[in-house]
Amino acid sequence: MNDQIRQILKDHGRLAVDVTVLADDGDLYEAGMTSHASVNVMLALEGTFDIEFPDRMLRRGVFESVAAIAAALAELTQKESAP
Amino acid sequence: MSLDPSPLEVVTRIAREVAGPHADTTDRDAQFPRETIDALKKTRLMSALVPRNLGGLGCGMIELAGMCEALGQQCASSAMVFAMHQIQVASILRHAMGQPYYQKYVSDLVEMQPLIASATSEVGIGGEMRTSKCAVQQDGDGRFKLDKDCSTISYGAQADDILFQARRNPEAAPNDQIFVLVRNGEFTLTQKGTWDTLGMRGTCSPAFMLQSKGERGQIFETPFADIASETQVPFSHILWANVWLGIATAAVTRARTFVRQQARAKPGQTPPTALRLAEASNMLQTMRTNVHDVAAECERLMGGDDTAALSSIAFALKMNNLKVSSSQFVVQIVNHTLLICGIMGYKNDSNVAVGRHLRDAHSAALMVGNDRILAANASMLLVLKDD
Repeated sequence: MNDQIRQILKDHGRLAVDVTVLADDGDLYEAGMTSHASVNVMLALEGTFDIEFPDRMLRRGVFESVAAIAAALAELTQKESAP
Repeated sequence: MSLDPSPLEVVTRIAREVAGPHADTTDRDAQFPRETIDALKKTRLMSALVPRNLGGLGCGMIELAGMCEALGQQCASSAMVFAMHQIQVASILRHAMGQPYYQKYVSDLVEMQPLIASATSEVGIGGEMRTSKCAVQQDGDGRFKLDKDCSTISYGAQADDILFQARRNPEAAPNDQIFVLVRNGEFTLTQKGTWDTLGMRGTCSPAFMLQSKGERGQIFETPFADIASETQVPFSHILWANVWLGIATAAVTRARTFVRQQARAKPGQTPPTALRLAEASNMLQTMRTNVHDVAAECERLMGGDDTAALSSIAFALKMNNLKVSSSQFVVQIVNHTLLICGIMGYKNDSNVAVGRHLRDAHSAALMVGNDRILAANASMLLVLKDD
């Protein structure tokens, strides 16, 4: 999953650093992701993983690192697969 | 029970007795409203937001918003200077009180009542507050050097201290920003242009080259991104909107005076201007309700436990909508009052003149351009579901 997230960040995050060498908990905003770019990342994540981020998740902290994004995706996919 | 006037009553009095009588010269001569700011300093209103246990007046955002409206009714430039100062104080109080430097600064603020300016804009960046070119240059001894080429600094020449954002270091990305205060004696400003504008002439906001030095402890530990979304944007948009509400209210008051004069001249006949006044009153009520509603929600969120809600897209959208709608309403309302008052509103020396109000109102759409804000909203609406 983290590789897919990294690919999306590479395509849409417009980071100032190489995302492949960024640590899972590296701060994406410090790495240059603007709020406009973060919206494109959100859209690409929703399309790729076929999920929708509820409004309560649309806040800065949820998209601040690869690990944070993975945790948010895990929470959403787990909910969807629950009986 | 205390019989002392409340801080809002004090500001309302200063607005009426000091800001109002000086408003026309402030505007005509593009003169800083020195008398008003001195009166606000003397009554300790520069530290209005500081909690009582730290020596301040302990005012909340809504009380402060009322002060901005009261000043805005009399002199929009004075009101905007006051609003901008308070936005800076709010940023310090909400984000830096864990730092010894700022604990000391706030006690100085209470004692000396300095006027704080913000050097937000930068040449080559425009109004995009979340991007910087300039960068902190730290030496090994815990000191820094920081120069910023500013396209405008409101009341820069009159300010005691200056707060501004910059890149964390010369290698940092444009949006990896810190926030820092420099005090009187730590900076020099070289004015680079004039301030001869359509309106808001008393804010004295020309371009400046800012050169500063300081110590590492002056740099906010909280990243500017959080300060911007949690405090600078909401405080700016709410306080500005209240300044504009003051302008609109004052213009409508003049239009009402005019229509009443007409009605008295011919009792039994409703003057044709009364219909347009009814429209202006309708718009003013809508604007007022909107401003108060968003301010109340903001104060509730700021007082709650979930501060991350302030960095949510839903909240940013609401703040942006307030800014865009109130900046448009103020122009529409004042324009209506000009149509009502006719030539008497057009004449600068009449008792129902609204020329200054109209010129001041036109600044609203430009302070962070509405097109830029709508573009941000358009982007956010791509992911927001309103669920």
